[in-house]
Amino acid sequence: MSLLEVSHLSKRFGGVVAVDGCSLSVAEQSITGLIGPNGSGKTTVFNLVTGFIPPDSGEVRYKSQAIGGMGPDRIYARGIGRTFQLARIFPRLTTLENMLVPVRRAGLRALLSHGQWGHERDRAMQMLEFMEISHVARTLAGALSYGQRKLLELAAVMMARPDLVLLDEPAGGVNPALLEKIGGHIHELNRQGVTFLIVEHNMGFVMNLCHQVVVLHQGRAIASGDPKTVRQNPAVLDAYLGA
Amino acid sequence: MSRLRVLKRVGLLAAIVIALILPLIAPDPSTTNLAVFTVMYIGLATSWNIMGGYTGYISLGHAAFFGFGAYSLGLLSNHLNVAPGYAPFLLVPVAGVISGLVAVLIGWIALRTRAATFVIVTIAFMFMGQLLAENLVKLTGGGAGLGFPYPQQWGGDFYNTPFYYAMLALAFLALATSWTIRRSKFGLGLLAIRDDEDKALAVGVPTRRFKLAAFTISAIPVGMIGAVYGYYVTYVYPQFVFDPLIGISMVLMVFLGGLGTLAGPVLGALLLEPAQLQFAYRFGASRLYLVFYAAVFLLVMLFLPRGVVPSVQELLQRRRQELASP
Repeated sequence: MSLLEVSHLSKRFGGVVAVDGCSLSVAEQSITGLIGPNGSGKTTVFNLVTGFIPPDSGEVRYKSQAIGGMGPDRIYARGIGRTFQLARIFPRLTTLENMLVPVRRAGLRALLSHGQWGHERDRAMQMLEFMEISHVARTLAGALSYGQRKLLELAAVMMARPDLVLLDEPAGGVNPALLEKIGGHIHELNRQGVTFLIVEHNMGFVMNLCHQVVVLHQGRAIASGDPKTVRQNPAVLDAYLGA
Repeated sequence: MSRLRVLKRVGLLAAIVIALILPLIAPDPSTTNLAVFTVMYIGLATSWNIMGGYTGYISLGHAAFFGFGAYSLGLLSNHLNVAPGYAPFLLVPVAGVISGLVAVLIGWIALRTRAATFVIVTIAFMFMGQLLAENLVKLTGGGAGLGFPYPQQWGGDFYNTPFYYAMLALAFLALATSWTIRRSKFGLGLLAIRDDEDKALAVGVPTRRFKLAAFTISAIPVGMIGAVYGYYVTYVYPQFVFDPLIGISMVLMVFLGGLGTLAGPVLGALLLEPAQLQFAYRFGASRLYLVFYAAVFLLVMLFLPRGVVPSVQELLQRRRQELASP
């Protein structure tokens, strides 16, 4: 069953067609890779799905409900989390405070009362321990290494228990040891029921981790299927992998 | 409990006790007048910090709420024939509510912008308030100003005392509000907006609603303080309550003390307001204190860009690390 359905999505920036009638679906509890050459529209698809930019046409359905036109905060509240290409954290907050920022279904009392979020603190510490960065919980996030920021960003997005997480280049700029660690965390979270849609250029990472791969080229999905099939698709070889 | 925490608590308690008994230990009008204005700016700077310090949205138009608060109390007192004395103080919360409603309207428009545009929009709204007060002559008295009830019964040394306690209560209110927000999830959301607004949206922070709430919450005490100020000076003119210098003073005090901290605005007001009043006493209405303000602002930007409180905190942390390392 599809958790996310993108149908005929288009986005144009002036004379540039960034996304051109793109359709794809993400199966529930899967890890789906979204690959394609630079400028193929992968990050724009992420921005369209998460409400950062409005589509010119097309539809995005999540759990069979249209979410087009909603803002990023409302989409997050529905259960879709995301990370960014370059790890974005709140540098002047501590690591623990970064974990406590995410808001999903919070009433006024929960927002204003300090005592209300004791359980959130416990969950934040558990998540930091899971990501193996609990030792920097009291450190300002701006002082963390790039790898720690990547882990923090992933940990923070998981705080509100999203059902679907969009990861924009989780392997970008990280060393092989950390990459293995990130892959392990994604795999474990997926085992716990979280669905992932991942934009990534590291083909080894994608092919090892993903159950399904969608290939974008010039704003269109040109192929999809399991990694092995996609790798042998002539159109994909011509547009991307063979290049 | 660590020694530093004990020292902090003792210091805080001592400051509260001194603030509460100040008119009793120093009853002369010049001291209590200085105290009224200093406490007034503690409240103003603390309130401004809820918006400017926590979200990073620098409003230079908060003097508009000060002006709306002052005019609200003056007009209500006159129209309702409120007797001079303690009764006008009962209308201060009403002035706060009116300022809050004005803030919702201004914020709803101004918060569609960010950064420098937001600063300019807020200044524009402040001048619009001034123009309204000058031109709605039948309602406000226009350029001739607006009179307040005059509490003649509070003569001599006592006159300043009720106003001092009213300002002190409002400063405590602003501090308690700021403290509650800083410790809440709402406050974390505001700080997240300051650091990276788009990222905050991505983790579910309803940024527009949070910013509007912070803008309104910060405007209410400013309006209430403006109301007490109007009653204290007994006569207000548009250009002296919708005064850009009041707005700039709040900002400068927060920058000096430490943006986004609880103690920073208090420290900034305690350092700057008495100094400014001393300038005014010595050099009359020459506005020479503006040169002093400019110099302070330059020095802060050059040597303490994050303000006194964060710089001292950083210094203490570094010292602790040095002592801890072998």
